Amino acid sequence: MIGRLFKFHGGIKPAAHKDESAKAPIRRAPLPARLIVPLRQSTRATATCIVEIGQKVLKGQCIGEPEGFLGTAVHAPTSGTVVDIAPHTMAHASALQTRCVVIEPDGEERWIEHAPFDYHGASRDESLAWLRACGIVGMGGATFPSHVKLGKGAGIETLILNGGECEPWITCDDRLMRERAADILAGAVILRELIGAREMVVGIEDNKPEAIAAMQDAAAASGHGVRIVPIPSLYPAGGEKQLIRVLTGIEIPYGKLGGDYGVQCFNVGTAHAVYRAIAHGEPLLSRIVTLTGNVEDAGNWEVLIGTPIEELLQLARPKPDTDRSIMGGPMMGFALPRLDVPIVKGSNCIISASPTLFPPPPPEQPCIRCTECAKACPAELQPFELYWFGRSKNFGKAQEYNLFDCIECGCCAYVCPSHIPLVDYFRFSKSEIWARERDKSAADQARERFEFRNFRQEREKAEKAAKLAAKAAETRAKLAEGGEAPAPKTAAEPGEDPKKALIAAALARAQAQKAEVKPQNTDNLSADKLAEIADIEARRLAAAVTAPAADATPGADTPAATVAVDAESRN
Amino acid sequence: MIHSPYVRKQVSVQRTMGLVLLALLPAIALYAWKIGTGILVSLALATLTALAAEALVLALRKRPVGIALGDLSAVVTAWLVALSLPAIAPWWLTVAAVLVAIVAVKHIYGGLGQNPFNPAMVAYCTMIVAFPALMSQWPAAGALDFDTQLGLILGSARELDAITGATALDALRTGLRADGASVQSVLQGPAFGMAGGREWEWVGLGYLAGGALLLATRIITWHMPAAFLGTLVVVSGLFWLIAPGQFASPLFHLASGGTLLAAFFIITDPVSGATTPRGKLVFAAGIALIVWLIRSFGAYPDGIAFAVLLMNMCVPLLDMKTQPRVFGHRNEAGESVRTGERRP
Repeated sequence: MIGRLFKFHGGIKPAAHKDESAKAPIRRAPLPARLIVPLRQSTRATATCIVEIGQKVLKGQCIGEPEGFLGTAVHAPTSGTVVDIAPHTMAHASALQTRCVVIEPDGEERWIEHAPFDYHGASRDESLAWLRACGIVGMGGATFPSHVKLGKGAGIETLILNGGECEPWITCDDRLMRERAADILAGAVILRELIGAREMVVGIEDNKPEAIAAMQDAAAASGHGVRIVPIPSLYPAGGEKQLIRVLTGIEIPYGKLGGDYGVQCFNVGTAHAVYRAIAHGEPLLSRIVTLTGNVEDAGNWEVLIGTPIEELLQLARPKPDTDRSIMGGPMMGFALPRLDVPIVKGSNCIISASPTLFPPPPPEQPCIRCTECAKACPAELQPFELYWFGRSKNFGKAQEYNLFDCIECGCCAYVCPSHIPLVDYFRFSKSEIWARERDKSAADQARERFEFRNFRQEREKAEKAAKLAAKAAETRAKLAEGGEAPAPKTAAEPGEDPKKALIAAALARAQAQKAEVKPQNTDNLSADKLAEIADIEARRLAAAVTAPAADATPGADTPAATVAVDAESRN
Repeated sequence: MIHSPYVRKQVSVQRTMGLVLLALLPAIALYAWKIGTGILVSLALATLTALAAEALVLALRKRPVGIALGDLSAVVTAWLVALSLPAIAPWWLTVAAVLVAIVAVKHIYGGLGQNPFNPAMVAYCTMIVAFPALMSQWPAAGALDFDTQLGLILGSARELDAITGATALDALRTGLRADGASVQSVLQGPAFGMAGGREWEWVGLGYLAGGALLLATRIITWHMPAAFLGTLVVVSGLFWLIAPGQFASPLFHLASGGTLLAAFFIITDPVSGATTPRGKLVFAAGIALIVWLIRSFGAYPDGIAFAVLLMNMCVPLLDMKTQPRVFGHRNEAGESVRTGERRP
């Protein structure tokens, strides 16, 4: 695969707007008045708070212990005092809340004791545990825990570093690669060793020549055989699956991960954080954030996790006509509903937007099926078909046309001549499908519970009746034995008293019942006995089945079938 | 609230339709110059009718009129109807055809983007079935001055043989069927030029130039014109080689009738045509095949309109059966792709 690049279908070339913020070196953001550190830092797990209000904390001190497999630790980004532990709104399109530790910095930046981690001397598991304890998560935006991604330790052929950064306006990875190339590559070497990959490739869009040059120099100096590969600038080449496709030719289908195909992909920022964690023993406390758009002073800032965006934005001096702040890029980002929310480990960019910068889209017009969207779709979907299906609430058909393969990159909406917000339609369809599936599974569970309850009641009733009958028969048999009547010889002798026959049958039932309550003995029963038991079981079955079977068709999960299975297992 | 993406390409339906109109101009100019300026009257008449009908129906449907009129789609339909009809057709024929296209075909199905059939082609079919005589009276190239043409359009009496000529396809049909002549001898007649109808070849070149513009601006893809013209050439060529006396040459098929208009402007209608790359190929090839069959054996001189409508009916099936492979799904099918073998 050396040297050869692959193409992915579609893609678009929006105006890059990288120069605005890429010119200036990374600056360190001043300490904010307070830091709001969310305990939920990785995608799926919230850390357990281990500090109290009023407690003094040091920079880098663990304040949240990781919980669960997907959990990562959370640390105090600077030294100071914990002033509050409470739910706080996050940087989220729906302004979701999560539990946060609010720290008032003392301005001294006193570090907790920390030392490099000798990962050569440690086992692989210990190294992963160290990364977990350092709170390392993917910094490309998804914040997936890195120790999980490094998981298997076998079967990975190629390690890919993602320096694509294909979204317009964002330049934090660009600046990081220009200024800290050696650290990134050192982190990459650690990642490669931990994951056991044979080769290592860094993919960088060719609109970042300075970053490519810096990384190539560092790669030459490091001598670790890292390949720095410029890739064509074509949004969304920096998407993980698109980048893997471009560099290796491998296509990762929906629902699968790179690891399933021998490729693993990390953001360059993550590699940098890994390097700091291993070589310096520093947990992940800050990240580079691009502040750009409708501002006087666009640039990249090294920002402590938990810094309120409101305060951070002032550094870039937004112009007066700024009407929104967009987190992420213009293609996939979202307008922040509130600005008193903290920077987290996945926050890469905040764009100050104005009506002139991002004008409202022209009114939506009818779809003319021009297929521009299909030509642009990197997932090779037919977005206009999905749009028609979504509009008509034909969600089954939308799924059939692979709606869930949509990565919501926005290429289709970007090129649509009818100005249809296609991605909105797809998000709507997806959430409708999820909601329906939830409803359906809830209804299924309720139905199953109800049916099982009916079945159980019927069974209990039948069992009770059988028990009573057996008891009555026993008493009658005793009475008969005690009296003048001879003991019944066989169950069905012709010409005998019908009463006696009845008693005999009841007796047989009682015996069978006795045999049945000791299932461990059934192995040693004679064939006659087994036949008898089967006979009785069949009768009981008939009695038990009638009620629930009346309104349920026989199938694998209906009560009738359950009874049959039940009876079989008892035999 | 507005969601991402916050940036959009500078495109619109209006721009698309405007480019189609622009691409029609070379052919219209050549039409007016080589055949007769009457076409300009027809075009104007059709445009006015289309805009009025569109506005009226939109108002009745309580839809915003301004945006829909501004998208120019009604004008495109009007021009295609006018170019499909004889340029000297009486005014009421053009008006009726445009009304069929706009009201019955476009808006009754729900307006722009909703019609399963090509509006201009339904209009053409309706007219040729209803008024076969009027629909077969085409102006002989350059034979009529503007006043005569205008008079014909406005409804003056028609002294047909003197003023109108049969089209090349018509002449060939009549020659072959009625007179029992061979293709070669029929083609010596006054209606024929170098390749197709005399002087009409110029109009065809105009459509070709417009098609090149549409391809260059990526309004249309290569699939449909290539499959349509390719199939027509292959099928007609095959039979022409076998029996040159009975079947017209591929060049004649390309240059006659509405072949080039259809290849770049009619079958490429996105709304009623197939949408997948493979679907487009089958769709266009199917039209070409039916066109050749109708031209060679059918009751009508040119079969493009019927062929288009027949294939319009197949579009849902074609689209369904030719869905392209989705990213990553090749792996599941086990087809050729680097599968990233794992290390042992």
